[in-house]
Amino acid sequence: MSKARSAYSISNKKEKFDTHIIVVWVDNEAGVLARIAGLFSGRGYNIESLAVAEVDKKLNISRITIVTTGTPQVINQIRLQLKKLVPVHNVADFKREDRQVIFKEMALLKIVGKNGSREKALKACKKFNPVILDKTNKSYVIQITALRREIDKMIVDLKKFGLVSVSRTGAVAMTRGSEIFK
Amino acid sequence: MPKLFTGAEIVFKSLEDQGVEFIFGYPGGAVLPIYDELKHHKSIKHILARHEQGAGHAAEGYARSSGKPGVVLVTSGPGATNVVTALTDAYMDSVPIVCISGQVPTHLIGTDAFQECDTTGITRPCTKHNWLVKDVKDLAKTIHKAFEVATTGRPGPVLVDIPKDIQFNKFSYFKIKKQKKLNGKSHNHYSQKEIDELIKLITKSKKPIIYSGGGVINSGSEASQLLRELVDATGFPITSTLQGLGAYPGEDNQFLGMLGMHGTYEANNAMHGCDLMINIGARFDDRITGKIDEFSPKSKKVHIDIDPSSINKNVKVDLAIVGDVASVLKNTIKVLKKQNPNFSKSNKSNISKWWEQIQKWRSVNSLGYINSEESIKPQYAVQRLYELTKNKDTFITTEVGQHQMWAAQHYKFDKPNRWMTSGGLGTMGYGLPAAIGVQIANPKKLVIDIAGEASVLMTMQEMSTAVQYSLPIKIFILNNEYMGMVRQWQELLHDKNYSESYTAALPDFVKLAEAYGCVGIRAKTPEELDDKIIEMINTDRPVIFDCLVDKVENCFPMIPSGKPHNQMILGPKDQEENKITGKGKSLV
Repeated sequence: MSKARSAYSISNKKEKFDTHIIVVWVDNEAGVLARIAGLFSGRGYNIESLAVAEVDKKLNISRITIVTTGTPQVINQIRLQLKKLVPVHNVADFKREDRQVIFKEMALLKIVGKNGSREKALKACKKFNPVILDKTNKSYVIQITALRREIDKMIVDLKKFGLVSVSRTGAVAMTRGSEIFK
Repeated sequence: MPKLFTGAEIVFKSLEDQGVEFIFGYPGGAVLPIYDELKHHKSIKHILARHEQGAGHAAEGYARSSGKPGVVLVTSGPGATNVVTALTDAYMDSVPIVCISGQVPTHLIGTDAFQECDTTGITRPCTKHNWLVKDVKDLAKTIHKAFEVATTGRPGPVLVDIPKDIQFNKFSYFKIKKQKKLNGKSHNHYSQKEIDELIKLITKSKKPIIYSGGGVINSGSEASQLLRELVDATGFPITSTLQGLGAYPGEDNQFLGMLGMHGTYEANNAMHGCDLMINIGARFDDRITGKIDEFSPKSKKVHIDIDPSSINKNVKVDLAIVGDVASVLKNTIKVLKKQNPNFSKSNKSNISKWWEQIQKWRSVNSLGYINSEESIKPQYAVQRLYELTKNKDTFITTEVGQHQMWAAQHYKFDKPNRWMTSGGLGTMGYGLPAAIGVQIANPKKLVIDIAGEASVLMTMQEMSTAVQYSLPIKIFILNNEYMGMVRQWQELLHDKNYSESYTAALPDFVKLAEAYGCVGIRAKTPEELDDKIIEMINTDRPVIFDCLVDKVENCFPMIPSGKPHNQMILGPKDQEENKITGKGKSLV
């Protein structure tokens, strides 16, 4: 086709993307995660990471933490669209830069190699609360908790010390001080 | 020990408690226990469609013309997938539908059993919510919840998937008290301060416009009444979206006609030039706004909507009032009248210049067309249909395309719930089954589907349903042998390359009508049109009316792609000078 044309209009506006952490409290029932994930994919929103687990067995409530990026308008839509879902009880949203909120990811790192390099790897992890979960004479499994970009960097840095496998979670978040999410 | 009922009985007991009178459906293996139970429940009548999509649209027509939720019953697998179009249509146009689908027995779910599909998975993005009932204990509770979700807040479709073994299993049934309390997702969220702010804007505005939508209709007949009061109390001009037609009388002088892509010149220019826009129950759809960056650049925008996610979705507004239209309008009128009982009079001079400007736009007569004595112009056909039916309480449904826009432009509605059209999804084939649902809900009324010959063939099989239940619906086909709107866009956007938009080998609609056991009427010339329409109206049976119209007539006015409201194509003459250029051409 020589000239593509349409009856839809497009916008050339380029807006700044922000990274937001969105926390969602949902009924822990079949399909609820698919509803949330489907809302994101169906409306073209972005999920950078996702963490979900039941937090209240008695009330059957799960807490989902989603890291997403978008323009302020899109972030607002995400929040409002999530609130419309029937199993969603509450939605909280904050900027990644928000100093009032802590957020952390966890990673498990398997290091295989000589004792010397394994110790170097462990040392390199020092800032991120390393815990050795498994130890053999050839390998370590180290658990660290850190920010996403810190873990990204560690993965690169540890290659030379024998990093062979990485498993990591999405971010989880909590407010500082005595305040809780409302 | 309380009495035990099978799941199928519980389905009907729940429906009875919800006051359901009609079910639109189609039987099949996985819903047979429910169909078996049907005979014991005389207060509920089942309407057998010929395709599940037809059942779904019929339920939509029923819901939109009656204000009550429509109920659909389908089997598993293909039954469920066939109803997806209707559910999506209802989702886009906010129509309350409760769809009950059969499912293979629980122990077979996930085994690719015969007629199994992941119904809740498939319908998740096209329903407000859906449920797979895995335990008969949850069945009644789930059905009642389904009705609550479908009808509260912004209405929409829901689906309850019931495996066959659950339909046989037994449990007790407890009447569920209908709660007035809403589910927490539909409350009025506005404050008195926001109403005061709105009043302030109303009193200050020199170029106001009210832009109302389907939300006014969904809010109930009181909302339409209140809208009329507000327009009267302010003296403001009002325009309406496609879905909002009928909320305000179409022939009233303050009504500027429909706005948007095929809206009137005065409505679109008033939207573009206003200093205050009050959106009542509409959603700034892309067919309304045109080019979004240049949409009504100088106005303060107020948005009244029950759905918080509609606010600031497409257009950023200055004042958002989240609440039920009726409640917000009632409050606004009360405050306005208290502050200034004679506002419309005292404010008259304030907006007189604006009205003068609107009259100038009006005098362009953008809905005008060049009539012919040889061939029936489609606009003329709709106008004649209107003139000959306006004294009856007529219900109009449509398919999708040029005929739909002509109907919206030239048929004037003065009551809500009289106009059923597929706006959001734009579903060809909607109008005929919808007319069936409308006629069920309004047995003695005149129900007409203004149709195109291409659309109507998509669900033509439902004529059989109309004949079976003696539903005297009138299918008024504007037959130009083209998919007219496709042809029009090809003419304007694709260098007149009419790729696949002509339908060769159309059926003879008069003979087709006879084959279905209904009445066929054909009009070929403008001269005979009136007599034939009167013959149609006087026929107390279903009619297919084959109205042969001008084959190449285009639907104007039109906002071409990539253009804002104030740059419309007006008619055949204007079109030459106003070619679509620049961005409009280079879009996907």
